[in-house]
Amino acid sequence: MKTVRVQSQDFDPGTELALLDALGAGAVASFTGLVRGDDGVDRLVLEHYPGMTERSFEALVEAACARWPLLGAIVVHRIGELAMGERIVFVGTASAHRAAALEACAFLIDHLKTSAPFWKQEWVSGKSRWVDARLGDADASARWLKD
Amino acid sequence: MQLSILYFAQFRQIIGVSSEVIDLPPDMVTASDLVRWLSNRSHRHQAAFMDLGRVRVAVDQTMADFEQDISGASEIAFFPPVTGG
Repeated sequence: MKTVRVQSQDFDPGTELALLDALGAGAVASFTGLVRGDDGVDRLVLEHYPGMTERSFEALVEAACARWPLLGAIVVHRIGELAMGERIVFVGTASAHRAAALEACAFLIDHLKTSAPFWKQEWVSGKSRWVDARLGDADASARWLKD
Repeated sequence: MQLSILYFAQFRQIIGVSSEVIDLPPDMVTASDLVRWLSNRSHRHQAAFMDLGRVRVAVDQTMADFEQDISGASEIAFFPPVTGG
């Protein structure tokens, strides 16, 4: 099962995990990203590149499936306006054993952060600013090239 | 040949439009040729492309580098480094 979705509405991680559980794999791993309230940020607005976003998710899932023996992978990313504490992203993987599920999950979120066309705008006290890409994100993505 | 140019995030704001359709001059080979040509269109374009280290390019919805051949492409997008997740 390979599922990628881009949506403005919230998602339920439990529902997504149940889909992976139902595959009968021995291991299910997941990551859920939430809006942090750093520096008084009260909401985010997420812009994306319709079409390319879905293509980049599909390419990432294919790359993960080529590298690990996955029975399933789900990527869900929200767009539009999100308040502090809201869920932004879900990545879930199912495999026979924990190492493949955990590593594939980390690979997907690390690559998503550097290759999927999303841009975050933070709102603080009625003023907006674009979030800068973090160097650490590029390092996290690049570490998967080494082994 | 007609080519759609898309701008996202800061690029959309600085240039003032989210997309434009251009007739690609025949001597344009790479994405950096296109950047030089677009920079001459207006002060807004020039400002957006001032620091190429901050510019990312996608050719037909796939991440590319500036030396990529763009002949035959139908959609080229410019945007800052991505910040999803």
